[in-house]
Amino acid sequence: MSHAAAVTDQRPSTLRGASLPKWSPWAIAAGSVAVSVGIGLAAGLDSKVQWGLIAGLIFLVATYGIAAGVEGRRQAKDRIATALVWVAFLVAVVPLVSLVWVTVSRGVKVLDIYFLTHSMGIVADSQPGGGIYHAIIGSLEQVGLATIIAAPVGILTAVYLVEYGRGGLSRAITFFVDVMTGVPSIVAGLFILSLMLIFNMEPFGFAGSLALAILMMPVVVRSTEEMLKLVPNELREASLALGVPKWRTILKVVLPTSIGGIVTGVMLAIARIAGETAPVLLLVFGNRFINNNPFEGAQQSLPLYIYQQYANSAGANAAYDRAWAASLTLIAFVMILNLAARAIARWKAPKTGR
Amino acid sequence: MDTSTEITDTPPPAPQPSVEQKRAARGATRPGDRIFLGLSRGSGIFLLVIMAAIAVFLTYRASLAISKDHGNFLTTFDWNTSIQPPSFGIAVLAYGTVISSIIAMVLAVPVAVAIALFLTHYAPRRLRGPIAYVIDLLAAVPSIVYGLWGALILVPHMNGLFGWLNDYLGWTGLFSWDQGAPRSMLTVGILLAIMILPIITNVSREVFRQVPQMHEEAALALGATRWEVIRMAVIPFGRSGVISASMLGLGRALGETMAVATVLSPDFLIHGSLLNPGGGTFAQNIASKFGEADEFGRDALIASGLVLFVITLLVNGAARMIIARRAEYSGANA
Repeated sequence: MSHAAAVTDQRPSTLRGASLPKWSPWAIAAGSVAVSVGIGLAAGLDSKVQWGLIAGLIFLVATYGIAAGVEGRRQAKDRIATALVWVAFLVAVVPLVSLVWVTVSRGVKVLDIYFLTHSMGIVADSQPGGGIYHAIIGSLEQVGLATIIAAPVGILTAVYLVEYGRGGLSRAITFFVDVMTGVPSIVAGLFILSLMLIFNMEPFGFAGSLALAILMMPVVVRSTEEMLKLVPNELREASLALGVPKWRTILKVVLPTSIGGIVTGVMLAIARIAGETAPVLLLVFGNRFINNNPFEGAQQSLPLYIYQQYANSAGANAAYDRAWAASLTLIAFVMILNLAARAIARWKAPKTGR
Repeated sequence: MDTSTEITDTPPPAPQPSVEQKRAARGATRPGDRIFLGLSRGSGIFLLVIMAAIAVFLTYRASLAISKDHGNFLTTFDWNTSIQPPSFGIAVLAYGTVISSIIAMVLAVPVAVAIALFLTHYAPRRLRGPIAYVIDLLAAVPSIVYGLWGALILVPHMNGLFGWLNDYLGWTGLFSWDQGAPRSMLTVGILLAIMILPIITNVSREVFRQVPQMHEEAALALGATRWEVIRMAVIPFGRSGVISASMLGLGRALGETMAVATVLSPDFLIHGSLLNPGGGTFAQNIASKFGEADEFGRDALIASGLVLFVITLLVNGAARMIIARRAEYSGANA
């Protein structure tokens, strides 16, 4: 590589100006690191972050100077932009990698079969031991009930928008579905709470399901709509031309063609609501014991468990360990749903007729 | 009225079958069709009803609380719902919500756009898929996990930055620090920025990928450098998409509850400095005050939630208006 670059350097053509060899960014980087170490040692700066900042600054200035001298100012700007884009990417990677790394490394400490199959019934928050069985049960029931409500409503709404929708009503629905996507989860929780205050009800699992269903519906509508739009019109027209009623066309031709994408969308929506804490905090309240009945009495859920272990334990390490382990379980659940959704999407990709 | 009935009575019953024929042609007469249309239209209307019900019931409960509020609901620097007479106001919450979201946007949008450009124009081709995939997954990480990470990992690491800001920028007043725990608005803003980064990146990347190849190649053929291609062809095309992506991120930052509730140490004052702990946001206040609130206290929290609902409604509505200007391709109804 460097050999070829050297050859072009020796014979600058009239069409392309002089250009720096390919290894020049690395050389400038190495040089600026060396200079910054020198400055850091000489000035006695002990923070490594400051060394890094000085190195970065020198790198930018040196790159601009050298490139402007050899290649011209436009190329120099291009190199600066490239460097900044790379830096932005690397800066953003640090917290995200840290998040995943910390969750996994701290989570595996107490995550075992015992942790997954026991509740917090006889364990104080500050003591070691206990587990998340009651939270898993609660999460599965609340999310499952929410899905049973939200998936049919969402899919049917999308069918209406794509297959029937014209005029004011469908435009209103489209707009409000979009707006509904942005409703904060805590507001959905407050809405159900206001109903519960009117009817004087105590917290129970299904109330949380209702709030989660409100959050889930618009997501399902959006993704299902996209999938139905991908079904080619030729399929619909062929079916209608054979005299098949429209509703049977939709049920037997349109939905089966796009079922993979629809299932993917529903699973991604489940992954989204499984991590919601705020509405569950208001409506389901949390419970140290196993409660299998979502229609009566307070329940627990995984995200709420994490919050309560963090907030109610006054800094006990055992509680933090449990919070991390529950986080790891929750992330694993969400990731598995995501991966499965993608696998289904790839396996049953809509046949676009080409 | 009378004349119109006379007119419809006079013509022979010819129009009747023609309407029938029209309906038959649209396929809306079969019972199966009617039921199915009714079901799907009903679900759509059901969604509209939910949105209306959210507005109505929140307003109703909020009015119960506000009518008994002895402070000014908009300007009181206090949240006392259990004393008599009750006095509470949203001034601090509105300030905190706006400030933390602004910090998050200022930090996240440039970095997210840069990452989107990195993924579409700079990254080695083999890395693009996997990186985009990882960012997709990060967008799905629950906010409570970000909150836990923020409280236990990010907060202890903020001391160095806060000290540095205090040393060099403390004279502005905005960045002065009294050595308290760094559970302040700036930390919240940084955490929110990290949380909304994947969302803004994903949407921006989709927009940048749709830039017509011809525009970029034309710019390259004129001798533009890669940066000039981005400035002349990519950014102008993607501007509205980036704006709407940012608004979506803003909507999420405004309504974020758990991450703020775990990181911030709240009080009911507006602090001049971003580094000193204190303040609060709508969502955080609801989550932290809910446990000890009686029925009236809950109504008061619902009132603050209504304000948050209206704010996010406006932000998201604006974002959708911007997106709606972009024509969409559709295989159906084309």
